[in-house]
Amino acid sequence: MSQYFDLTRRRFLKSSAAVGALVLGTCFTGAAPRVMAGVLAKPSESAKAANLFIALRPDGIVEITCHRSEMGQQIRTAIAQIVADEMEAAWDKVVVIQGKGDPKYGDQNTDGSRSIRYNMQRLREMGASVRHLMRQAAATRWGVSLDACSAEQHIVTHTSGKTLTYAELVNDALNITPPETAKIPLKKRSEWRYINTAMEHIDLKDIVTGKAIFAADVLEPKALIAMIVRPPVVGGKVKSFDAKAAKAIEGVVDIVEIPAPQGAPMFQPKGGIAIIANNTWAAMKGREALTVTWEDGKNGDYNSAAFKESLLTTVASSQSSVRELGDATSILVKDSDKLVADYYAPHLAQAPMEPPCATAMYYKDHVDVWAATQNPQADMATVAAMVGQPQEQINVHVTMLGGGFGRKSKPDFSAEAAYLSMKTGKAIRVQWTREDDIQHGFYHAVSAQHIEASLDKNGAIEAYLHRTAFSPLASTFMEGATSPLSAELRLGFTDNPINTPNMKLENGEAPAKARIGWMRSVSNIFHAFAIQSFIAEAAHKAGRDQKDYLLETIGPDRIVDVTEQNAEYDNYGGDKAVYPLDIGRLRHVIEKVAEMSKWGRKLPKGRGLGIAAHRSFLTYVATVVEVEVSDKGDLKIIKSWASIDAGTVVNTDTVKNQVQGGSIYGITAAISEGITFDKGRVQQSNFHDYRVPRMNDCPLEIEVEIIPSDAPPAGVGEPATPVYAPALCNAIFAACGKRIRQLPIGNQLKA
Amino acid sequence: MITFTVNGETRKFSGDPTTPVLWYLRDELQLTGPKFGCGMAQCGACTVHINGEAQRSCTLPISAVSGGKITTIEGLSENGEHPVQQAWIEHKVPQCGFCQCGQMMQAASLLASNPSPSDDEIVQSMSGNICRCGTYPRIHKAIKSASKSMAGVAYYVPEKAGEES
Repeated sequence: MSQYFDLTRRRFLKSSAAVGALVLGTCFTGAAPRVMAGVLAKPSESAKAANLFIALRPDGIVEITCHRSEMGQQIRTAIAQIVADEMEAAWDKVVVIQGKGDPKYGDQNTDGSRSIRYNMQRLREMGASVRHLMRQAAATRWGVSLDACSAEQHIVTHTSGKTLTYAELVNDALNITPPETAKIPLKKRSEWRYINTAMEHIDLKDIVTGKAIFAADVLEPKALIAMIVRPPVVGGKVKSFDAKAAKAIEGVVDIVEIPAPQGAPMFQPKGGIAIIANNTWAAMKGREALTVTWEDGKNGDYNSAAFKESLLTTVASSQSSVRELGDATSILVKDSDKLVADYYAPHLAQAPMEPPCATAMYYKDHVDVWAATQNPQADMATVAAMVGQPQEQINVHVTMLGGGFGRKSKPDFSAEAAYLSMKTGKAIRVQWTREDDIQHGFYHAVSAQHIEASLDKNGAIEAYLHRTAFSPLASTFMEGATSPLSAELRLGFTDNPINTPNMKLENGEAPAKARIGWMRSVSNIFHAFAIQSFIAEAAHKAGRDQKDYLLETIGPDRIVDVTEQNAEYDNYGGDKAVYPLDIGRLRHVIEKVAEMSKWGRKLPKGRGLGIAAHRSFLTYVATVVEVEVSDKGDLKIIKSWASIDAGTVVNTDTVKNQVQGGSIYGITAAISEGITFDKGRVQQSNFHDYRVPRMNDCPLEIEVEIIPSDAPPAGVGEPATPVYAPALCNAIFAACGKRIRQLPIGNQLKA
Repeated sequence: MITFTVNGETRKFSGDPTTPVLWYLRDELQLTGPKFGCGMAQCGACTVHINGEAQRSCTLPISAVSGGKITTIEGLSENGEHPVQQAWIEHKVPQCGFCQCGQMMQAASLLASNPSPSDDEIVQSMSGNICRCGTYPRIHKAIKSASKSMAGVAYYVPEKAGEES
């Protein structure tokens, strides 16, 4: 059912084009069928050019291109569900072709939980166009009216009962120009047969039999294996190296120096020395035998303990305003009984189970790259710059990703492979080890936040001040940047949902002394941690129930437009008329999860429930966590519940799986020691000292309810993550009275 | 020269005896079901059966399996019909799928030695296998349901796996 590579597709199309396959794209040019661009967030000119999304072959098989990367969110299945539903394709005739990197597809950056949001409408329109063409072709052949012909499951039926299959109609359809998509009716929701169901994902069987092809499983071309020793400090360089012992190892065939990056990190390789061998073990041993001395550069002083103090100092005093309503400052300055809290969270590494890996073959006039990448167009740009060829000549074949979580949006590994192939003239696979992944990543930002609130006589928040400071992602793209982009602040900070007459949000500068990158839900993680923890702290101070107080604090059903409060806010690129910040929907998920978890029930000693709710990626999630804390301070998560309102959803089981997985990903923030630096070097190296959740850290049951909704689709992959750490810490407080303001939890419960 | 079987087929290896079984399987035999996740027996993505027992192939030198039987996911069943694989499908366990071959090999080994494990025994046996997608609740449920279908069904005797082929 599934095929991964463009090579296969090219073969298919070559053979099928000769006999006339019906091919539809975003906007197919010329005399061929056209489908206009649908709701693309930013439809580029190139996205409007000819492109392949659906090819109906003369044998009736329909090839559907998936132009987004598959990393466990089942986008390959979701895209097929949408197209096949609208075109009335029989599911067993659907084949998914993985699209390679190509600007003609429009955006391919598979992050930001937006694959469905960006593509659902245009995919539906394309599917509906095919269905229309099939009906029209049959009507013409039979000399009957279009209305007398209906299409179902690859068959067009006339009211008289006669039928033609899609395969029989392909050639006729090639001569028909379809009307503009706006004139082709889409199915009603009640007519959907694939969309909004829990159907099995197309790669499931390949996965359970070990046949799914991840980056290191690409066997053609047969590649030499490269392992790279990279500068331990960002901005560092090779001073000298001795490769004599490495070269002496049997199987090691070459040693190549990779140049140090210039300017802002971007997605450039860090540089270093590559050991190239004819098998992985030889490359690993060669790397062990290599000795390198480094020049550390200006980040050689990076020390996490000192940096933490500097961040906390920054948020202790007034900073630049991000959003302001009323006059919080003058109320807070007079309140001797105000609630004040500082929150801190360390760097984290995404640590996908599949470490970064890419294979490249360099030719004079093009480069082929096979990579586990979330953003193949970024591979094109990064590789092009590295080898000095135009982007159009970089063919990026996207494999299955063994997890991404943001790490694989940054294709430094593909550029390494391409550079080494250029230098050696051979196909090269760069295999990162876990140590490479932990020590040379693009890290989730380290952050500190300071919150103050004045409560009125009823316990409601009368004035609220929140300062945030974190190493900005902007630094990855602009050398030396110390202020975040508004796109980073909008992740759970600018769009604070607290309903108070006096609010002041501020942002302080912070340098980045490591490469900073997106990690699943990004700065929503620490912002939601602080805000949702603080609301629970305020509830306690006011002597109120956490859940009731949370509902009162976010206030009544209404639409909030933060730009009316002197804030810059791009709403995740979503039109605020279509995707408003809707407090009613946030309230609804809270009420739902409270009901699911039987909030308010009596618990045995040592047990506690915690709640948190947050809107991110235009989706609303609320979570309740139940924990048990023993007298000795041992923590056990008993169970958790989540309700999600993501608007229209395509695959209900995938959504549940993503919410369960996103919840567990959120446990990382609470239990992992994080990534810490000393002398500019990462102090962790593998899963023994960079702890990630294991089965014994997790609840065995995570109950999920999807709020039924006709609203436009929003994000699913990320929004369950930010709520988890605060719900967990609120549960810990309920269980044992200890408030966690600094992550990780570490030994704080033992004290 | 080291001799052993892989999925029932006799194999000989005369290269570096310190080569981990994982790299022999992947680089030499192109058996890509076992995955590289950590290289220090911390994550379980590389789990295979050695004489019927789950072991981490990334740290196991090939010299240690002389005369032994190696089974990979490719040898667990012909077409994914092992009860563990069936349960994985039934519960739609995988997300990205990268760790799942290792998870299933660990689970198959657990059930072969303990056909009806308790909840805690499952947690204990599976906590060496990391899944970053966070499919643990589904893995746990799938093992429970595989254990039901395996009770009394001698589908797979790992010690003998592949001998008849």
